[in-house]
Amino acid sequence: MNQAAVTIMGLEIGIEERVRQLLECLPEKDGALIPILQRVQYDQGFISPEAVKAVAEELDVSESIVYGVATFYAEFKLVRPGKHHLKVCLGTSCYLRGGQSLLDHFSRKLGIRPGKTTEDGKFSLETVACLGCCSRSPAMAVDNVIYGGVSSDQTDSILAGLD
Amino acid sequence: MKRASDAQALQEIQKDAKKAWLELLQGEHPLICTGLSTCGISAKASECQLGIESELADRGIAFRSMKVGCLGLCYAEPLIYIKMPNRPLVCYGHLHLHNIASLVDAVFDNNNINNNLTLGAIDLPEIKVLPVPGLLSLWEHPMIKPQVRIALRNCGLIDPEDIRHYIAQGGYASLAKALAMKPEGVIEEVKISGLRGRGGAGFPTGTKWEFCRRAPGKEKYLICNADEGDPGAFMDRSILEGDPHAVLEGMLIAAYAIGCHQGYIYCRAEYPLALKRLDIALQEARELGLLGEDILGSGMSFDISIKEGAGAFVCGEETALMASLEGRRGMPRTRPPFPANSGLWGKPTNINNVETLANLAQIIDRGGKWYSSFGVGRSRGTKTLSLAGAVRRPGLIEVPMGMTLQQIIFEIGGGVPGDKACKGVLTGGPSGGCIPYFSLDVPVDYESLTEKGSIMGSGSMIIIDEDICIVDLAKFFLTFTQRESCGKCTPCRIGTRQMLAILEKISEGQAVIGDIARLEGLANAVKNGSLCGLGGTAPNPVLTALRYFREEFEEHILNKICPSLVCKNLVAYTIDPERCKGCGLCKESCPAGAILGEKKAVHAINAVACIKCGVCMAVCPEKFKAVAKEVARCA
Repeated sequence: MNQAAVTIMGLEIGIEERVRQLLECLPEKDGALIPILQRVQYDQGFISPEAVKAVAEELDVSESIVYGVATFYAEFKLVRPGKHHLKVCLGTSCYLRGGQSLLDHFSRKLGIRPGKTTEDGKFSLETVACLGCCSRSPAMAVDNVIYGGVSSDQTDSILAGLD
Repeated sequence: MKRASDAQALQEIQKDAKKAWLELLQGEHPLICTGLSTCGISAKASECQLGIESELADRGIAFRSMKVGCLGLCYAEPLIYIKMPNRPLVCYGHLHLHNIASLVDAVFDNNNINNNLTLGAIDLPEIKVLPVPGLLSLWEHPMIKPQVRIALRNCGLIDPEDIRHYIAQGGYASLAKALAMKPEGVIEEVKISGLRGRGGAGFPTGTKWEFCRRAPGKEKYLICNADEGDPGAFMDRSILEGDPHAVLEGMLIAAYAIGCHQGYIYCRAEYPLALKRLDIALQEARELGLLGEDILGSGMSFDISIKEGAGAFVCGEETALMASLEGRRGMPRTRPPFPANSGLWGKPTNINNVETLANLAQIIDRGGKWYSSFGVGRSRGTKTLSLAGAVRRPGLIEVPMGMTLQQIIFEIGGGVPGDKACKGVLTGGPSGGCIPYFSLDVPVDYESLTEKGSIMGSGSMIIIDEDICIVDLAKFFLTFTQRESCGKCTPCRIGTRQMLAILEKISEGQAVIGDIARLEGLANAVKNGSLCGLGGTAPNPVLTALRYFREEFEEHILNKICPSLVCKNLVAYTIDPERCKGCGLCKESCPAGAILGEKKAVHAINAVACIKCGVCMAVCPEKFKAVAKEVARCA
């Protein structure tokens, strides 16, 4: 896949052009680095090296500054994630109520460690610090839909529901 | 809708909003309210709502529906309230896709509004109907009765995406009242209330405002800290999802008192629904003229932008939060200069937490004295607390400061489920600590919790039962703080890593007794030497664990035993040959291929290959219960 371009509503646009467009849409230019990276990630699914370069050029900062910010925050991904994101919550309440074994279960089922993507590019498995759904722990998010009170024997049906 | 060009116009709008609110509650068609917060949605509230609505459509019954936020009774979610004409508004809980048809049968066909799914009647002053014999008020529910709901006053009762609902409850009238006062008068009222920062640090809010107001400079900023990073806390999410205008009104009052023209809400990206509802609330407030230029004809101008956090716990610290707002790595810096003098972009800045702001409209409306009539000592007012973990009724509550942990866990939370004993409660998340079962008579206020070695923090309460291993728990918290340490100062960056290494050794049964002293020494060094609150409080879970449960650490070290059977290296799974019927389920499920045995013959676990995942125990049929977990002294 071309990492130097993004497809927006069926149109392929070069990443430099897209970064310029996104920057124009931002209400404030001060402190734009994090919002711009969030928007790039929304478009691309991750932040490609080409995007880091384009953002650095547009904001007139060095690539190392952009890379430093992108690696500091847990939200930013520097490699392309799978088609479906599984995020298992490991907040305190979820951890104590089986979140870890739920994570281990997905990890075994998919044959990947947390933070990785399956070889076919279908699933990525991640942990999240807290979904704020502690009263219904253990919780997880599947493509940003939050499920509460998930047990290990639901893993098959959750995976089967994703094509 | 008209614009609220001045206080008079706002009153007109309120009159219309109240009328619409009364029509909603007193209308001739049934009203269906669904609790659609993240917690409710995760419990399939939307599906249940659609289910009820399609049942009604099948019957040809006309109805109105409305979304509400979270009432806090999360244990019974999804919650749906139904109001039949001329009957009370009744809250139903524990709904499922398979019991909603029977609920519709009962309520709509058999006129039985008080049934097995009923939690109670939501008594609102606007609902004037005859009481139903036997139907209890929801305000008498054991989880709600002891509460005093100030910050949560509207949560679960109004549509958070409709500003008219907020205005109908008297919303934005406090802003009008504040604008008629002098800014100094507003600050004085907040000082009288005794309100302290609800994000954790507990600094007096009025004093903080005064510093910022007095700071030289024309341009000043106000930031709402909605970066609720404490795993286990969800009060800010609930308020933002259930009553966002309470926070906006609080920000407007603060901005007027301090003299700010620009505000920011820094909200974590993990809360997409809160972000969406905030966005709607901001648009609505702008349309009414409650944000922007010349607010309510007072000449004051103020607007708010939302900034989405990017996932860093340390950004809850105010100087780190500002670095993040400026687009940099979220690393804290030394203070002074304090943000009140030099904050965002070097300008005077005031930062308040969501819950702190949500209290303000009520303080201005009813007076600081009224607010300070709740609480004890130097902790005045109420505190929202999130209950989770081993408790029968997890959820969100708001109680006067000074209520004991005993009351909160057992009376409100209903105690520990099953036949387990309560081991303690974790307060303040990764910055707090574990208060043991024998100290549950401690009142919940800033000072008393600090005295016990923990902190109030944001108010998360995670109850633990006897199945929890304290060493594993300390390790869990240190894993979190070590990962979230920004790396700027050495005590936190290296100290937390070394503490974690010792804890790992202990949980693996590889430690020696001198390691406890080393751990304590390191903990104190990290506590005293760190730059910001993250490092300064990170050792608290370890220090309280050592203070109250030292013998459990000694068991791990001296006897190489994990009494709660949690630490993997110190447990073993075995198959009881007397009970095993050779069904083969465990062998099939074992991911490590560690189970041996032919079909219909007794199986056995190869201890060397076993990864201790516990799958065999989970799949072994209840009637056999052949797999046991037991103490294994490591070699």
